Amino acid sequence: MSNAQVEIQLIASVTAAACALPGVFLVLRRMAMMSDAISHAILLGIVLAFFATHDLSSIFLVIAAVLTGLLTVALVEALNKTRLLREDASIGLVFPFLFSIGVILISRYAGGVHLDTDAVLLGELAFAPFNRLEILGNDIGPISLYVMLGALLLNIIYIALFYKELKISTFDTGLAASLGISPAIIHYSHMGLVSVTAVTAFDAVGSILVVALMIAPAATAYLLTDRLIVMIFLSAFIAIVSAIGGYWAAHFLDASIAGSMATMTGVSFLLAFFFAPNRGMVAIARRHHRQRFEFAGRMLTVHLLQHEGEPDESYESGIEHLQSGHFQWEPHFASGVVKFGQKHGWYNEDSGILKLTEKGKTLAGKAVTGE
Amino acid sequence: MDYLGIFSDYTLRTVALGAALLGLVSGALGTFAFLRRQSLIGDAMSHAALPGIALAFLITGSKATIVLLIGAAIAGWLGTWFIIKVVNLTRIKEDSALGLILSVFFGFGLVLLTFIQKMPQASQAGLDKFLFGQAATLLERDVVVMAALGVPVLILTILFWKELKLLSFDRDFGSHSGFPMHRLELLLTSLLVIAIVIGLQTVGVVLMSAMIVAPPAAARQWTDRMGVMVVLSSFFGAVSGVAGAVISSLSNNLPTGPTIVICMSGIVIFSILFAPNRGLLWAAVQKKRNNRKLQLQAVMEDLYFLSRQHKNPLYAHPVAVLRTMSAGHGGVDRSLEVLKSRGLAQSSDDDNWSLTETGIKEAGANVMKFKGQI
Repeated sequence: MSNAQVEIQLIASVTAAACALPGVFLVLRRMAMMSDAISHAILLGIVLAFFATHDLSSIFLVIAAVLTGLLTVALVEALNKTRLLREDASIGLVFPFLFSIGVILISRYAGGVHLDTDAVLLGELAFAPFNRLEILGNDIGPISLYVMLGALLLNIIYIALFYKELKISTFDTGLAASLGISPAIIHYSHMGLVSVTAVTAFDAVGSILVVALMIAPAATAYLLTDRLIVMIFLSAFIAIVSAIGGYWAAHFLDASIAGSMATMTGVSFLLAFFFAPNRGMVAIARRHHRQRFEFAGRMLTVHLLQHEGEPDESYESGIEHLQSGHFQWEPHFASGVVKFGQKHGWYNEDSGILKLTEKGKTLAGKAVTGE
Repeated sequence: MDYLGIFSDYTLRTVALGAALLGLVSGALGTFAFLRRQSLIGDAMSHAALPGIALAFLITGSKATIVLLIGAAIAGWLGTWFIIKVVNLTRIKEDSALGLILSVFFGFGLVLLTFIQKMPQASQAGLDKFLFGQAATLLERDVVVMAALGVPVLILTILFWKELKLLSFDRDFGSHSGFPMHRLELLLTSLLVIAIVIGLQTVGVVLMSAMIVAPPAAARQWTDRMGVMVVLSSFFGAVSGVAGAVISSLSNNLPTGPTIVICMSGIVIFSILFAPNRGLLWAAVQKKRNNRKLQLQAVMEDLYFLSRQHKNPLYAHPVAVLRTMSAGHGGVDRSLEVLKSRGLAQSSDDDNWSLTETGIKEAGANVMKFKGQI
């Protein structure tokens, strides 16, 4: 691996982790689409600040972007408050409008500059190592790495400092209000943080893929755990793995790195969707399957208990009778159930007749009495 | 050149026709999404369409509009299906599912686009126009394709009008009444996907969602009837489509999608401010009028109260007393002037006021009416 490759992967990983952290609360607080709105709308702030300063690395770009992000949130809320529109429509109106102004300004007045519409959508991760940070003449690495590290640190500090407040106001707004935690402060500080993260990640991955890095790892982690703290670390981990996986996929396809990172976050979600231990589709299907057999097996033990020691036992509890339609089960399912119970030691086969074990008797007894 | 000259220009006529068509269809279908509070589904559908466009090109090698649009429709439909599945089968909520699908599909689309761009045969140029839209590249045969997709959508909407209306307002009632609501939802999703796909070439995947949200949002402010709303929404869509497309093709460096969105946002802002009954201006005027009315009644009641306390009912009381009694809602002087002009109150020197005989009668009647209501 060349030096530049290592650096790109480092930047990609840090960016992904920085995005994933505020993303956890976006997913939990059901505001995922606000990140879409913010990441689009901040373009206008960036463009305006760029026209004012003519410097793409100016700190004013970040400030302007954060202000536009908060403006978006405020506009959406103001539209909601008029009660003329629902939240979904308010979001869907505000950000295309701000974003369109930004795009038109770029294509009208910034043609040929570093800022163009492709960069808006794609980011320029591949070029990130070319902008170096030099201190006292020493090259200490690409600028964007330090910018993203700063964003990551800010997110970590915010979450660490306000962990309790965030947690309470996310899961129990009523309790939060009665404890004096202002929902407005939490909301706007969180949205401000989303804006900061989005504008810093903007350079690297563009406006739409920021959304993937924020939402997908958090949504994936949400399928894997019930604990907030685990979810936070897991999201960051998934984001980093997707970033590095995405880098190599892009490397082999010779395609957009940012797009490929987003695709990988999607792949990790798909994996969790199917294979998550408790909530995955496979786990759910297996659970249903097992429950079917368990229930049928219990019915069988009740049946066996009923006829135990009766004159018709040899007929009623005969394997052949049970398998050939007593319960009106499919033959295949019936023999499966018989085997399932034997495996669990509920009954044994004794010359073609099923005999309950002690374990099976207790089980059947419980089933009858409803314990 | 006569003033209709620009419309005799072949390119411009094509562009205007295409933009009108896409505004018409997306405006009509957007109404249903708006009423079902699913405005953002269009955002997901249009972004999800991007990989479909790229894959259609990769598989067929053709850049024919119809091929690309079919690819877009399949991908958009698939994305929507994923969203529904994720919401139904996991604990992930709709907003996250939307954000997830739109950004991941879009990212995958960008991977494919950049992959195509670096392929040896350089015939791929032109797929990027699907990002922000380029009305100027619309050809007559593109418009024919758009019409071939859009007109059936409108016809189906009219044919299933009653059912779709039911779906938008009271899904549960519909399913109790024996309508196949699930299949109708499928139909509506498919119609919406086609409405979005039609606009991709002109508006682009990034901003097509606004075509679904904005026209119905504007139309909603002008009417409470769904039929009127659909027609109005289509009209707004078509007008802003044509305006945006024409403006952008008359000028260089003006991407069509954003221009259309800005035209449309103008209509929305105007509607929110000035639409009768619901508009903000209207509401503000109404509120002020009500306030005045209440202030007037309060002063009249105060005067009535004072007159009952005094031996001489026509004894004039200083205005300062009335101000104190009206503390908190104000407007005493203006109210007194109005009462005077209606002959309900009188004053000798502008500082001391009482009701007139008629004023006392009316105020008394008002008080009785008020008590009757309690």
